[in-house]
Amino acid sequence: MKIIVCVKQVPDTSEVRIDPKTNTLIREGVPSIINPDDMNAIEAALAMKDANPGSEVTLVCMGPPQADVALREGLAMGCDKAILITDRVFGGSDTWATSNIIASALVEMEYDVIFCGRQAIDGDTAQVGPQIAECLDLPQVSYVADIKQNGDTLTVQRNLEDGYQIIEVKMPCLLTCIKELNEPRYPSMGGIMDAYQQEVEHWTNEKLQIDASLIGLKSSPTKVNRTFTPPAKEPGILVPDADVEEIAKVYKDLKSKHYL
Amino acid sequence: MDYKLTQEQEMVRKVMRKFALEKVEPIAAEIDEQEIFPEENVKLLSEMGVMGMIYPKEYGGSGTDSISYAIAIEELSKVCGTTGCIVASHNSLACGPIYFFGTKEQKDKYLPDLVTGRKLGGFGLTEPNAGTDSAAQETTAVLVDDEYYLLNGSKMFITNGGVAETYVIFAMTDKSQGNRGISAFIVEKGWEGFSQGPHEKKMGIRGSSTCELIFENVKVPKENLLGREGQGFKIAMSTLDSGRIGIAAQALGIAQGALDKAIEYSKTRVQFGRPISTKQGLQWMMADMHVRTEAARQLVYRAAYAKDHQKRFTEEAAMAKLYASETAMWVTTKAVQIHGGYGFTRDYPVERMMRDAKITEIYEGTSEVQRMVLAVRS
Repeated sequence: MKIIVCVKQVPDTSEVRIDPKTNTLIREGVPSIINPDDMNAIEAALAMKDANPGSEVTLVCMGPPQADVALREGLAMGCDKAILITDRVFGGSDTWATSNIIASALVEMEYDVIFCGRQAIDGDTAQVGPQIAECLDLPQVSYVADIKQNGDTLTVQRNLEDGYQIIEVKMPCLLTCIKELNEPRYPSMGGIMDAYQQEVEHWTNEKLQIDASLIGLKSSPTKVNRTFTPPAKEPGILVPDADVEEIAKVYKDLKSKHYL
Repeated sequence: MDYKLTQEQEMVRKVMRKFALEKVEPIAAEIDEQEIFPEENVKLLSEMGVMGMIYPKEYGGSGTDSISYAIAIEELSKVCGTTGCIVASHNSLACGPIYFFGTKEQKDKYLPDLVTGRKLGGFGLTEPNAGTDSAAQETTAVLVDDEYYLLNGSKMFITNGGVAETYVIFAMTDKSQGNRGISAFIVEKGWEGFSQGPHEKKMGIRGSSTCELIFENVKVPKENLLGREGQGFKIAMSTLDSGRIGIAAQALGIAQGALDKAIEYSKTRVQFGRPISTKQGLQWMMADMHVRTEAARQLVYRAAYAKDHQKRFTEEAAMAKLYASETAMWVTTKAVQIHGGYGFTRDYPVERMMRDAKITEIYEGTSEVQRMVLAVRS
């Protein structure tokens, strides 16, 4: 099987700094990691490879040259190939432009299944995976929490807020993965040593030849008006082993705040 | 001189740190308190190729350099001295002598299981009456009918003793020769006459399995002699040179872990209306802890570097082990001091770290032995 995993490198912190002028993320000085949901996507791909010997897992990432380390980590986990889609003209792309670019790269490749993470922790949009599927005209299942393979059909569990769906989908298809799907394996020491012997291919727009009207900041329809840090929730009050008196106090307190 | 870690070494640190925080730290207090061998984590470490990381891929190892190895042990030991000890002793003491002194047949037979962590290994040199003075070995091996050695005696304080399946055991084959009469053997668990004593109740690294090994007329096939007869002392000393890098890295990790906890605590503990981290007396204490820990790190990496570049590293390893272990003891003691009364309780990890630090000044050569090694070489 040919398996593709789309990954994003994201800042490893909840304290993301944002450039007030462009309203885009400032990446310098913040340690980077593979986006957590994408780790589940990699694990799903590697599990499928383990179950289908001879399969090949290719990582695809769009980002600046520093994203190289995220791809090396994926290789160290056991992925076979890595492609970094990188070009200054892609800079500032929103999810629409990003999906156009990644889909243009995937068109060049063979695949039976494409795994993406549900959403990235820096933007939380959950749009790129589904949009890639639309660009490629592929069936897609999002929020995947379980996968069973039967020939070229996958039976997947799609988690929703108040329940789940069981969906059968024929390959080729695209799945977006959530953390309930699996526990990502750790890169191995031998894998780390090998990862830096391998070549990470760099694909620029010279290769992809995407029209300027589909890529970059200027062609991105998303306009961010304002960004802000949501105020932290105040911690609740715990009343362990409350007796009648304590409960009366809690009741009074709730009543005074008009919750009751 | 390049002071930068390679990309591989940086990634080893990143991965091991993540593993340590996610899997090792959450159970560190429990395995210490209950004296539980962390079997699940050792299995995961085996899958990650950590248990035989410095050995080549042809035997199932990971083929890493020694600095990466030191970093891996350092990161584990930052949160759990027990786990660092298990990895260090298996890599250096169990796999090492077989890899460096074994015949092709011995390597093919034993290394694949050991370096992949499918089986754990132990190293038996110390005896009830033979610690630093290894020539006082009372364990004997007598060649019978040119077919097998008859092994008799006992070994004390053997790390991984209760969980290992393959052991490198030292015994006298010619008492009159002193150190030159010691030979090394590969011994398997389950052989008739080979039994294990009860687990030692220890001050620190309490999750590791330490016990006595007892040999009563154990028949060791002749082909399990490691190296030549009389080469045992050389094998032991050479193995301990490598082993000391691992223990030094363990000590370094314990020191760094205690320093991190002390800094974190000092920022949250408020006395006289301000965090105690604002007190100059404690700032200076933590600055000194930081300097010594970093100095230890440089000695540890230098010893590993020397080993990677096929230089003699006896002196470097002894220095690293001596300085890092005494630093670990000093830093953890200060870390407890900074925590005050809380540091003396098991509610805070520095209490465990201080107990774990102590063994690094003792095993694989006490601090006094390291000084002896350095004195005769300078």
